[in-house]
Amino acid sequence: MGKMSVNLCGIELDNPVIPASGTFGFGYEFAELYDINMLGTFSFKGTTRDPRFGNPTPRIAETPNGMINAVGLQNPGVEKVISEELPKLKKCFNKPVMANVSGFSVEEYVYTCEKIDKCDQVGWIEVNISCPNVHGGGMAFGTTPEGAAEVTRAVKAVTTKPIIIKLSPNVTDIVSIAKACEEAGADGISLINTLLGMRIDLRTRKPVIANKMGGFSGSAIFPVAVRMVYQVAHAVKIPVIGMGGVSSAEDVIEMMLAGASAVEVGAANLIEPYACKNIIEDLPRVMEKYGIENLSDIIGGVR
Amino acid sequence: MKQSIFTIKENVALTSNVYRMLLEGDTGAVTNCGQFVNIKLDGLFLRRPISVCDCEGNILTLIYKVVGKGTEQMSQMIEGDTLDVLTGLGNGYDTSLAGENPMLLGGGVGVPPMYMLCKKLISEGKKVSVVLGFNRADEIFYEDEFKALGADVTVTTVDGSYGVKGFVTDVMKNADYSYFYTCGPEPMLRAVYNTSTTEGQFSFEERMGCGFGACMGCSCKTITGYKRICKEGPVMKKEEILWEK
Repeated sequence: MGKMSVNLCGIELDNPVIPASGTFGFGYEFAELYDINMLGTFSFKGTTRDPRFGNPTPRIAETPNGMINAVGLQNPGVEKVISEELPKLKKCFNKPVMANVSGFSVEEYVYTCEKIDKCDQVGWIEVNISCPNVHGGGMAFGTTPEGAAEVTRAVKAVTTKPIIIKLSPNVTDIVSIAKACEEAGADGISLINTLLGMRIDLRTRKPVIANKMGGFSGSAIFPVAVRMVYQVAHAVKIPVIGMGGVSSAEDVIEMMLAGASAVEVGAANLIEPYACKNIIEDLPRVMEKYGIENLSDIIGGVR
Repeated sequence: MKQSIFTIKENVALTSNVYRMLLEGDTGAVTNCGQFVNIKLDGLFLRRPISVCDCEGNILTLIYKVVGKGTEQMSQMIEGDTLDVLTGLGNGYDTSLAGENPMLLGGGVGVPPMYMLCKKLISEGKKVSVVLGFNRADEIFYEDEFKALGADVTVTTVDGSYGVKGFVTDVMKNADYSYFYTCGPEPMLRAVYNTSTTEGQFSFEERMGCGFGACMGCSCKTITGYKRICKEGPVMKKEEILWEK
């Protein structure tokens, strides 16, 4: 066991650094740049039952220290992910990968998770519950404890791998939602998904993004993420993955002090393709600077 | 794709708001004309994608128009300053389909990528005609540079203050060409699509997140499926384009 290793729901990671879903594709673009086996793992592109093109463009807007995206879960659908993407990934990544699953109804989550659960390459299933429930008036599953628990329970009933529920920060009481997921059988919690944001072009007076609103990410949201990770990690017993604006080894350590067992890196990968490699290589220096012997010792260590 | 640090050798105004920047560094990843680079600028979160105008030895030429904060900041940089640049992005133009006398149509800041393409086609022994479209005489740049390459150059201005009055398509509709290549604002691309009588290639623009295929921010629908402008594009063949919106 190395000084940087951590345990995530029973699976050992060489280090806690995990590229976040939607910022790392299925890994190949990055495998051309560096050996992605140095990562703890990575969370692959959000996968749905059916293929999706996503939203119209423009899908991207800039913000101070961050960005807004409204990609809209573009993905080839679970069948193609299993038949094409995973075999391709096998050639450049030999660790268990984290599958990221989205859905617009409980049945869709169940269908996709059940299929993904049978893939040997998959170590964990991260379930994104920030999507609107088409049968529930369009409210996102993750905005109520009941909705979050319903998805968790249904997915747990058809899977064997650890289920990590990825929470939306666009709620009034994230702790109650995290607790509801834990009670419904979740093996872990990851947070935060993007914050709902919007930009307006002064010249055209139109929203910059065609979808009007989108998910706000990047270093600007880091303090919000640290706060929510702290609140949730101190309220549940299951492991928490912290994410939101992480872009340095110092940020990884701060997230872990707040209570994260592992840390996802999102928008930083898009700006700096070597972001995760740089963070992993910088961690030993920062650990030494702050007198940290083993990273796993500092989880939730905020005083 | 390669990430490296480039040093600014020159940064001069060609018109009131169009600049040419020469960058010295590792250009090894630039493998084709029509590709682009993505530039990190201090204090701005997203990189700025800029098309490559030319690449000779270790010198990269970029021509950009000041349209917002990023390009404004670039315009104020001076010789000796350095930039973090991702190079070798996008597919670029396929010159193997050009035929004997291809036509190149560039509009505004769609002109720069035509330069390296023109150079390549001429080196491949093609008889190249170039149509450069601008709004007014004071916006024109690179007419002489294209002539120096040996191309037959026509300039159009919308207001008629220089060259042929009208649009690049006004020249195209009366011309004889074996194939065409174009880059410019979308209304111009649509007009070229409708005017052209041969096959050809179009270079598209879109707001990008990463510029290297990771974020799906710049996807578009084509006849042959979904494509990322930054990765499978920015150049698309006429027969695969699906106009939307």
